Amino acid sequence: MTTPLLEARNVNKAFGGVHAVENVSVSLMSGEVVALLGHNGAGKSTFIKMLSGVFPADSGQILIDGKAVDIRSPHDAQELGIETIHQTLALADNLDAVSNLFLGREQTDRFGFLDTEAMEHGARQTIERMRLRIPSLNASVRSMSGGQRQAVAIARALHFNARILIMDEPTAALGPEETKNVGLLIQELKRQGLGIFLISHDMHDVFQLSDRIMVMKSGRVVGSYPTKELTQDDALEMIILGRKPARFAAATA
Amino acid sequence: MTTVSQPVSSSSKVLPRLLRAIGGGHADTRLMAMVGVLALIWLCANILTGGVFLSPRNLFNLSLQVSVVAIMASGMILVIVTRHIDLSVGSQVGFLGVLGGLVQSVWLPDSIHAWWIASLVMLGGGVFIGLIQGALVAYARIPSFVVTLGGLLFLRNAAYELNDGTTIAPLTETFQILGGGQNGVLGGPLSWLFAFVVAGLVVGSLVRKHRRKRRLGIQKALQASDYFSAAAWCTCAFGFVAIMNSYNKPSTDEPMGMAFPVLILIAATAAMTLVAKRHRFGRHVFAVGGDPQSARLTGINTQRVVLKVFALMGLLSGLASVVLTARLNAAASGAGTMMELYVIAAAVIGGTSLAGGAGTILGGCVGALIMQSLQSAMVLLGIPSPTQSMVLAGVLVLAVWIDTMWRERRLS
Repeated sequence: MTTPLLEARNVNKAFGGVHAVENVSVSLMSGEVVALLGHNGAGKSTFIKMLSGVFPADSGQILIDGKAVDIRSPHDAQELGIETIHQTLALADNLDAVSNLFLGREQTDRFGFLDTEAMEHGARQTIERMRLRIPSLNASVRSMSGGQRQAVAIARALHFNARILIMDEPTAALGPEETKNVGLLIQELKRQGLGIFLISHDMHDVFQLSDRIMVMKSGRVVGSYPTKELTQDDALEMIILGRKPARFAAATA
Repeated sequence: MTTVSQPVSSSSKVLPRLLRAIGGGHADTRLMAMVGVLALIWLCANILTGGVFLSPRNLFNLSLQVSVVAIMASGMILVIVTRHIDLSVGSQVGFLGVLGGLVQSVWLPDSIHAWWIASLVMLGGGVFIGLIQGALVAYARIPSFVVTLGGLLFLRNAAYELNDGTTIAPLTETFQILGGGQNGVLGGPLSWLFAFVVAGLVVGSLVRKHRRKRRLGIQKALQASDYFSAAAWCTCAFGFVAIMNSYNKPSTDEPMGMAFPVLILIAATAAMTLVAKRHRFGRHVFAVGGDPQSARLTGINTQRVVLKVFALMGLLSGLASVVLTARLNAAASGAGTMMELYVIAAAVIGGTSLAGGAGTILGGCVGALIMQSLQSAMVLLGIPSPTQSMVLAGVLVLAVWIDTMWRERRLS
């Protein structure tokens, strides 16, 4: 069996007395889309925030290409090729698209002065390569529509040659047309060999795009199955009741 | 792969960058409005004072007063952009002034090097104060309002304690030059040279912009606003020098020319504009101010950015203190009292949003000019000092109100 691109082993995170993530283990292969399902507060976002370096895990291991890594900041995660499209998009509204695309990773000379032309060129290339639509690279993000803002966040995640992409509710703010484009993009990225974690409330998207579905409830993993073995009713049962569907429970018991 | 460093020699690139920063300002309606308000104040003040306000002598003094406030305003703008405030800047000026006075009078009374060592101690002291306040804000997470209110009280009284409240005067003659006295001026010919250098830079920036746009294939490379802004800059430079040169040294025909504090101000403003617009640090400052949570998620060390902003504010307070102490030729613990009001007002009048994320260094300079012009006019009109402060306080509140309305209208 090939080594997973990313593997989490018994990861824990508590806030005060609340055990937000409890012994979560999961693996993500190259070219695989793993969907995370669960109610609000099930621990999905907390779990992926440990992968993207928003806060460190209390205990447990995260391995990339089979090697244990220590992710303590967003910068650490970026260095490891983990890019995140946050639910909030994490854009600075007062800055333009190019500034946002390179935020925290600006191209500069050795004195730290910005190379604006190089950055604009790089941004243009990524946007064309990904067939994203952003009207003006030099207009502040504040003036853009939800879909355009999403495009900026996607361009940022893909510009730096991500290997692992985390998408937290990527289609929640989008119209049907734009949602379809995100779907096409995910399929394209799969072909390129990225591993993707997808958090979504849209069952239709999840079943269409994912290879594997992991359901969480109250910080624990209820179950993780190949998408084609599950029905939407199975998934709903796991999300709502927090237990494996009867036919799987029997098999694994 | 994070930041790609380009192995290009960069000392040669600073100048073009500065040019772009100066010439790159598009028609900034808000700045234009502020300049309009300033012109109105000048006209009214000149009529009310019977022509005294716009006399070379008064404008020369105004340029000295503005320098101190505007140097600090450029730092305050970055502080406010990151959604913080520094109320201690006036006390910093007083404390650092006494410190510099002590270096010259007590520690190095006979040294010819006292002037620059004292200046360095004042700058370093400012950075130190800024680092402490910045650390309390960024890492101990105490609201900046509280930290710097404490700093205001602490430093003012520490300044008193340092020298038992007595004023140190006079200071060394070399040090006085930094304050722009009779010896601290460029004189006629050098001032004209300065105006030509500014004009050269402005024209150079136009040519550069034209070339760049042509390279990108833009047909109408330069717009009317570009020519207008270039002409405005040149007019300002030559007009300013002409006025400064028409003010003679007492009982001579020798023109004063530009004062050193103005040169220090111009250098500080140019450097701060480069930092704000063309440097990674400035980009991060605006990102943190626009959305602190987003900035953190993109990997920016937001705490360190805030720490550095306060340290930079301290450095500029130190610089302003050098200029003020040298100009007064005295180190008094009360120097810079209420100056925080002027500096914050200058920043806000100049278009810095208290909501964070927006502001320009140049706007702060215009704001400082407006504040100091009002004060200068009131002094000439013989308005008592308490009334002056009441008026300026009103102007500060009015400026914030206008800013609030301006932004609401733009968003809706």
